[in-house]
Amino acid sequence: MAELVAVIASTHHPFYYRASTAVGADRPPFADEWVRKVEAFRETLTKARPDVLVMVGSDHFHQLWLDNMPQFLIGKAPYYDANFYNEEREFGLPRMLLTGQEELSSHLLREGLDAGFDLAFSNELRIDHSITCPIITLRPQADLPIVPVYTNIFAPPLPRPKRFVQLGRTIRELVESWPCDQRVAVIGTGHLSLELGGPRQFGPTGPDPEFDRKAVDWIASGDIEGCLAEVTLDSLHLPGNATHGFMDFMLMMGVAGEGAKADYVDTYDLFHTMEAYFTWYPNANGDRP
Amino acid sequence: MSKYLLNKFLFTVDRDADLVERYREDPRGTVTAWEAEHANRILGCHSCESSTWLRFDDVEREALATHDYPKLFELGAHPFLTLTLFIAMFERDYEPLGFQLEYARRLAHMRLPYPDIAT
Repeated sequence: MAELVAVIASTHHPFYYRASTAVGADRPPFADEWVRKVEAFRETLTKARPDVLVMVGSDHFHQLWLDNMPQFLIGKAPYYDANFYNEEREFGLPRMLLTGQEELSSHLLREGLDAGFDLAFSNELRIDHSITCPIITLRPQADLPIVPVYTNIFAPPLPRPKRFVQLGRTIRELVESWPCDQRVAVIGTGHLSLELGGPRQFGPTGPDPEFDRKAVDWIASGDIEGCLAEVTLDSLHLPGNATHGFMDFMLMMGVAGEGAKADYVDTYDLFHTMEAYFTWYPNANGDRP
Repeated sequence: MSKYLLNKFLFTVDRDADLVERYREDPRGTVTAWEAEHANRILGCHSCESSTWLRFDDVEREALATHDYPKLFELGAHPFLTLTLFIAMFERDYEPLGFQLEYARRLAHMRLPYPDIAT
């Protein structure tokens, strides 16, 4: 069977690529420390020596549109082109090409359907910065095959937070039952408090530092029940109008498991939003890689 | 009222570099032409299989034709779509982050709960 060698949850900040590659007067003052933190975070994946990456993210109205909107979708394709014109335009992100792991896609789709998730699929999926940002931060050589998993955190009606946790638990079970001798990492990205296109956007910090503090505690301690007790579709409007992206963190808490303390936790306060990085080694039994 | 059609305008203009420039330079003309030529196009279907029933109401058309992004927010257009397209059109006219902060300031009168964006 496959081995789940790392579970990683992260914010995805589309400005990292530009900030980290800028030089001279264009380089923002926060870039050097940001790069240091990201490179330390990257090492937590490198040490796990994965063969395959399951990448959980959310399309930002790029390929998926309101005339045909899936709640949860798994890519099954040999290749995934990546990043869109408006991401090049606004964030300076490069076009990329990633390889797919179709056998694992098929396994997740078949077994996921049988486990009660009516998963949509795509055989031609162009992926966006919710997945390419963690490739850039965690595996910039982009050399490992991926399985993209998209969630709808964007276009209401949305699945409720509990459903994200349930899907995370199921993804873990399915990865661990994949009859293949491969080392799998599951990487998911979302947001802490975030406002986009509203009055609280682009402030000196994220729009709700108190929510961010609680969110980091929930994730770092694996406190799924505590998180579910406070977080609802309605409550997520309060910390910022794009905070429903936090549900992708909740999905990753489901992958990591109830009470699973993260082995690596780091945060970085930036203007506009707080960055947060978490890694679990699920099967290390105290002997971390 | 059609939040869906507002979003469809923002979505289809934002992904087309030529339309972004047309909308920046001639908003009323672009809205008129788009409503006539594109509003009923189903994005995954051939053009001869378009819809027949989609149109803006007067308030929506005027908000788009005047680049009135606070009004689009009030009407429940998706804030991410509005922000992304308006950054593409107007960020260039400001200092870095200047347009984004101006955008926030012009929405400062909005209070929770924000207008519903469900379509």
